Amino acid sequence: MARRVSGRRQLVVTLIAWAIGLAIFFPILWTILTSFKTEAEAIASPPSFLAFEWTLENYAEVNSRSNYPLHFMNSVIISLGSTLLGLLIAIPAAWSMAFVPAKRTKDILMWMLSTKMLPPVGVLIPIYLMFRDFGLLDTRIGLVVVLTLINLPIIVWMLFTYFKEIPGEILEAARMDGASLWDEVVYVLTPMAVPGIASTLLLNVILAWNEAFWTLNLTAAKAAPLTAFIASYSSPEGLFYAKLSAASTLAIAPILILGWFSQKQLVRGLTFGAVK
Amino acid sequence: MTTLIRALLGATAITLVAGPALGEKLTIATVNNGDMIRMQKLTDDFTSKNPGIELEWVTLEENVLRQRVTTDIATKGGQYDIMTIGTYEAPIWAKQGWLVELDDLGADYDVDDLLPAIRGGLTVDGKLYAAPFYGESSMVMYRKDLMQKANMEMPDAPSWDFIKQAAAAMTDKENEVYGICLRGKAGWGENMAFLSAMANSYGAKWFDMEWKPQFDGDAWKATLTDYLDLMNNYGPPGASNNGFNENLSLFQTGKCGMWIDATVAASFVTNPDDSTVADKVGFALAPDKGLGKRGNWLWAWNLAIPAGSQKTEAAKTFIAWATSKDYLALVAEKEGWANVPPGTRTSLYQNPDYLEAAPFARMTLESINAADPQNPTVDEVPYVGVQFVAIPEFQGLGTAVGQQFSAALAGSVSIDQALQNAQATTERTMKRAGYIK
Repeated sequence: MARRVSGRRQLVVTLIAWAIGLAIFFPILWTILTSFKTEAEAIASPPSFLAFEWTLENYAEVNSRSNYPLHFMNSVIISLGSTLLGLLIAIPAAWSMAFVPAKRTKDILMWMLSTKMLPPVGVLIPIYLMFRDFGLLDTRIGLVVVLTLINLPIIVWMLFTYFKEIPGEILEAARMDGASLWDEVVYVLTPMAVPGIASTLLLNVILAWNEAFWTLNLTAAKAAPLTAFIASYSSPEGLFYAKLSAASTLAIAPILILGWFSQKQLVRGLTFGAVK
Repeated sequence: MTTLIRALLGATAITLVAGPALGEKLTIATVNNGDMIRMQKLTDDFTSKNPGIELEWVTLEENVLRQRVTTDIATKGGQYDIMTIGTYEAPIWAKQGWLVELDDLGADYDVDDLLPAIRGGLTVDGKLYAAPFYGESSMVMYRKDLMQKANMEMPDAPSWDFIKQAAAAMTDKENEVYGICLRGKAGWGENMAFLSAMANSYGAKWFDMEWKPQFDGDAWKATLTDYLDLMNNYGPPGASNNGFNENLSLFQTGKCGMWIDATVAASFVTNPDDSTVADKVGFALAPDKGLGKRGNWLWAWNLAIPAGSQKTEAAKTFIAWATSKDYLALVAEKEGWANVPPGTRTSLYQNPDYLEAAPFARMTLESINAADPQNPTVDEVPYVGVQFVAIPEFQGLGTAVGQQFSAALAGSVSIDQALQNAQATTERTMKRAGYIK
């Protein structure tokens, strides 16, 4: 039976949760509010919270200056493409590690994770040269490949922890019923792991959407996603905070909405398995 | 199957042959500032005059752009046909053989009309490697009303001692008015741009003729002592985080008596749409210490063509258009003379319409002319560059030293410690790079 929590305590906990939630969300809220201000109001001191003249001029300016649909489509293709390709590689990898572990499986998992410990700029020049020679600079396919490789350790790790929760006996039973390896992974394992796969997918889309090192360094005009779109509005010499905020709002809006609608799945996914 | 392969090969060949006839597309990497954005909006004029050339813009924040284009040119990535580069990169890249020489920009380009100080910074062995799009120096921007209230008058060419007196007189911390606002944020293009230029006027320098770092000398100590004195007594709180934008915001909202920074700021602080003090701003040359050098820098954003580009001719056509006298006239016609990119051509400063529309024009020109990147310091030095040293190691060095000076401003290290650390860091880097033993 669940422990009874007194009404007052519940109220306090709720208030604290709201306060922390608002504190975390505040920078995003401030960006959104600034995007509706004029440049002069954006730097006004003391700043006005809601009592300012709301304007859409920043959005009009951003739309006239940049090709938002192109950057948006690039972001969608790159983040979805790299996630799906990553899942395609990671599901069999995680299956084998979870159900037929070898002596060095743990080491391999650690080794995969260790690739995330290297600062990306350390491999910028070799990757840039390879991209140049393969003609992959400023192409979506190039970014899909590089983001897949970068996020693969996380996908494998997440899936591995989900798969570990699935009893191996079920798979054994399927095998005894005559299921081939393919049937086992596709018809037995995958449907059972759908919640885990879905949250891995969501998290990875978010990571790929926000990735701002490779997407800026390997693109120019054609494959540049929304990160490049934001970078075109930042300036060390000139106050363009309102326009920068409008560009940022446009860039984060799709992923914010996606995150909002899938938060249940996301939270479940993140608290499931090894880190619960 | 062979028929299919033949058909595909044939189609490819036709496409390859037909390609150039469809017109050339130039990819141009540029920074996000007002003048560059205006150029993008005016490209219809270029494409209507040159129907065979299409333009594709890649606009990025300055530091992102620098990293991006440096990677591309160093690896011969070939992503860009035209790059926007600063006066820091131009001589280094030209010496590496990374840039196409710009000696034939057309008969009516009038290369001799380019301001000598700016042109000098882009010339290597007598050849021009980048064409200036807009140039800037730094100067004093001050509040005329606050000076009047303090019964003082700003000379056209003030000294550092006068600046200190004026800062003391204008400071009114209770009403959040600070006598002076200067850069404090760490970075080679942030606080070190200001401090290196200030140090030049104090007789300090980064290196002597043997490339030995000079932070252990008296001149750097005097520079840093006076800077910290000004900022701690008369500057805004939290100044170690302030860069151009933060100071611009403070000045525009009436919180600074004086601000010494880029001449390009003049058009912002006098714009009544954004600035609450637009009609109260005066201008003066950057201060000196009586040693013959002023504390002002020199910078220009320039257009250059990476060596190995397949579209050199089209790129030159574009650069000639964007940096020509006709372009200045085009901007004036469409957006008014006050919005013309400043600091590149002598003829602009002889144009009465421009001088009338831009009250800061005279001081901008005098500031640019007062800077000499070939002889930036009181004593002779082996390097080129006023607020930077045009060697590849400088970006990292400038930022490391800038962090020390920013920490001194924040009060976490003493002046002596900051200078000692700067000296040690610089010595180590220069030894590693082989300049000194």
